[in-house]
Amino acid sequence: MSANANVSARERILGRLRAAAPQSKPAAPDVHALYAAMRKDDSRAERIARFCAQMAFWRGEVVPVTADGWTDTLRELCAAKGVASLLHGPRGVHDSALAAAGIPGLKAYDRPVGEWKQELFEATDAGFTSTRGAIAETGTLIIWPDAAEPRLMSLVPPIHFALLDADCIHDTLFDAMTAEGWSADGGRSLPTNALLISGPSKTADIQQTLAYGAHGPKELVVLLLDKTRETAANAAEENRQ
Amino acid sequence: MHREITRDPRPKDVYFFATCLVDLFCPEAGMDAIELLEREGIAVHFPENQTCCGQPAYTSGYADEARAVAQVQMALFPEDWPIVVPSGSCAGMMRHHYHKLFADDASLKAKADALAERVFELSEFLLEVLAVQWKESSTGRRPTTVALHTSCSARREMGTHVHARALLDSLPGVTVVTQSHESECCGFGGTFSLKHPAISGAMAGDKADALKESGAETFLSADCGCLLNINHTLQKRKDAFQGKHLATFLRERTEPAGTGDEA
Amino acid sequence: MSAQHPLQFVPAAEFKQRSVDATSDAHLRQSFRGAMDFLMAKRAAQFPDDASLQRQRAIAEAIRQYSLARLPDLLEQLERNLTAKGVQVHWAENAEEANAIIVGIAQRHSAKLMVKGKSMVSEETELNHAMEAAGIAALESDMGEYIVQLDGEKPSHIIMPAIHKTKQQIARLFAEKVPGVSYTESVDELIGIGRAVLREKFMHADIGLSGVNFAVAETGTLCLVENEGNGRMCTTVPDVHVAITGIEKVVEKLEHVPPLYGLLTRSATGQAITTYFNMIGGPRKGGADGKGAELDGPKEVHLVLLDNGRTQAYADEQMRATLQCIRCGACMNHCPVYTRIGGHAYGTTYPGPIGEIISPHMMGLAATHALPTASSLCGACGEVCPVKIPIPDLLIRLRGEATHEARPGHAPLVGQGAARSALMDAVWAGWAALYTRPALYRAFGWLATRFRFLTPPTQSGWTVSRTPLKPAARTLREQLAERRRKTH
Repeated sequence: MSANANVSARERILGRLRAAAPQSKPAAPDVHALYAAMRKDDSRAERIARFCAQMAFWRGEVVPVTADGWTDTLRELCAAKGVASLLHGPRGVHDSALAAAGIPGLKAYDRPVGEWKQELFEATDAGFTSTRGAIAETGTLIIWPDAAEPRLMSLVPPIHFALLDADCIHDTLFDAMTAEGWSADGGRSLPTNALLISGPSKTADIQQTLAYGAHGPKELVVLLLDKTRETAANAAEENRQ
Repeated sequence: MHREITRDPRPKDVYFFATCLVDLFCPEAGMDAIELLEREGIAVHFPENQTCCGQPAYTSGYADEARAVAQVQMALFPEDWPIVVPSGSCAGMMRHHYHKLFADDASLKAKADALAERVFELSEFLLEVLAVQWKESSTGRRPTTVALHTSCSARREMGTHVHARALLDSLPGVTVVTQSHESECCGFGGTFSLKHPAISGAMAGDKADALKESGAETFLSADCGCLLNINHTLQKRKDAFQGKHLATFLRERTEPAGTGDEA
Repeated sequence: MSAQHPLQFVPAAEFKQRSVDATSDAHLRQSFRGAMDFLMAKRAAQFPDDASLQRQRAIAEAIRQYSLARLPDLLEQLERNLTAKGVQVHWAENAEEANAIIVGIAQRHSAKLMVKGKSMVSEETELNHAMEAAGIAALESDMGEYIVQLDGEKPSHIIMPAIHKTKQQIARLFAEKVPGVSYTESVDELIGIGRAVLREKFMHADIGLSGVNFAVAETGTLCLVENEGNGRMCTTVPDVHVAITGIEKVVEKLEHVPPLYGLLTRSATGQAITTYFNMIGGPRKGGADGKGAELDGPKEVHLVLLDNGRTQAYADEQMRATLQCIRCGACMNHCPVYTRIGGHAYGTTYPGPIGEIISPHMMGLAATHALPTASSLCGACGEVCPVKIPIPDLLIRLRGEATHEARPGHAPLVGQGAARSALMDAVWAGWAALYTRPALYRAFGWLATRFRFLTPPTQSGWTVSRTPLKPAARTLREQLAERRRKTH
């Protein structure tokens, strides 16, 4: 395919579209009004509870944790789930806390993936990532991978632990992207790969029967960090019932 | 879909557009529909020159032919009276599609728009405009169980499934049961049933099964196309289970509340 | 797999024969009925409040119409913003060009294995054939697509590709085709088998291919919707990622995505959201001093923008609505015809109602004119369409285009008038002559009722499964006249 042929395909397609594009353009749709009409005026506690219930619906596990005790909880969870190797970000903000927690098999994602793909795929039991926030309506984590926390940490290991600050739970995806200005400045703040994750990987491709762990993690564990710890505990309690 | 209807003043005259299927294949349904209107004190006018709403050609992609036929019908209703149609499908054609046929002609388009406002499906007219008050006729005292099959145009274009259902629900001796896949098409679809007999036949067969399995004594529909499709499918199976037009069932089982039969 | 040319494989007669075969296949009928009932119930549960659904549909329709009205500008904006982020944008007028671009990219990287996330557009271009012809393996990695590819088939549904298969059939297929696997009907075990096979492939693939659900012009973002994680694997693990999409998938603003995404998943599978929403904004960053360097993600990202007949639909104001589609599949889930015959009978990449209105633009009316006739026009598709495409109106329009010359002022479609027949023209001319002449029509009614005993015992398709239609003894108008005579 020569560059020339390509340019002309572009020109021809755009030419046909321009020739046919309607003269009168419809007004911009009012997405804000739609979400204003659908907005739930939930309290913080209700929003957290909704997130927990929805995440549980997707088979995500929500474990309430405290600011000074979450690494202990993580260590206990790893022990309970038989995690022999836990992957963390090379320069993540939680590096030192994790290192101090005495979790066996802790290892950093500190090389380009091409140098250790096999080990990542075959000898890594769990990955730990932070989160940017979450969405209550759908029980969804917002994760923005970067150099410190690469993309595959939340995908390849069979268990994904994600630390979520309860203060960062938005009502809807629309609320999250507008409140945080994702598209401001042409979306320059967006990472090369932004992710929404709602539960472990799943499929219903065989006779509409739901199965977990299709290609990605079989388990998703959300460590829900709530400064007002009662709220989170209550929410998780309700969600268990 | 649902439109605001004013009951005041109550019309004294209506036009009756019978449809080609009723005229030729189900005239009894037409007669019963006319009687239901007349016994409410309405003068029913039947324009002699009516033929067909034009739908078969329209849905087959023959717009010019549909337009020609539609134009003849549009000239039949000079007075500003409601036009009552005992078929959701044909009523839907006149209310929702005529204006598309005449989109390129402002004056005919305006006529089509005005006509659309006056078109009523029978059960919609009985309930919304006449607010009929009925009591059971002597036949109507025998308890019965029926299933209602609503045509796709009646349901999705006209929204008149609610009217037919409400009329039936108002009859004390009548139990309405719901067949499985109630809102699914019976497979008639006009020329579709001729072009794709295997698919159409499979749909009609499934609909006949569902109606039979509902446990109803009979089934009702306000559209002759569906009735012919399902009844003739059942007949081919030599099944005595048959449906009838809603108008026939209502005429048999009710009489106006004002008539006395106590004596 | 079919060796026929992709754009020639659905003559009308074949569609009809396939539909006859399908309706007499009890197993197929039962499995599609069950699957469609399941999907319809799941969707309905997501929309308990009709007023809210209608608000959402209105916004979604408005977003799609707004985007289409600005399509050429938005495509250029998208290209600009993606290019600035290091994504290479390609344009293809047809399937062959798109495949040549992708094969070229693969060859530049000496690729031997391409893993594919679910992409209906790559099905549309039959990319797998082109890759194989160039000696490059193309492996489907969506579980459903993997299953149908393993069996040498094509998807029968755009969302659930293997919906026509039972777990017993899949169990047999795996035991036969996957080395070292013994027969199991456990769905968890079957998925486990697929997982093991495909993770090995993700690891070694040189190139990953994906579709695109939404392309956001203002931010230069490609959005992918999926549950399994194979889409993320394909777009993250290999060094090269190629995304392919129809030119219609672009929206202007990021805020236009949530209403469409919310309706897409709810309409498709009755999910409020999918497991993954993957927003791609470029290849892995190098980092000037090595400090900010990303450690994974593709080193090269390409986007192929495909026309393949879309500009033909775009050129007509009414048919442009076809391009509003967000590929949720709700129209097929609710279609009584699709439910009876399944996806393969259509012989097109996109089956069901959306396939009936989009395939003629992709493949021409000569090959596809039977498809728009395969509908009773029941309207279920239009009723559930989340972006309010008036599918029944478009079916009627295409029936007209297939049987007539182009309207004045309209460019002919590819295959315009392909179903034109002198016989049908005469039938409809005769019909119009009868129904525009009331006196003639009355005479016809009089004769038909008097000679009802002459009713033919077979009446075209009608009597295949029905008794013949027989006129009544007297027409309604005669009965009315009779009544008038009696009362006066």
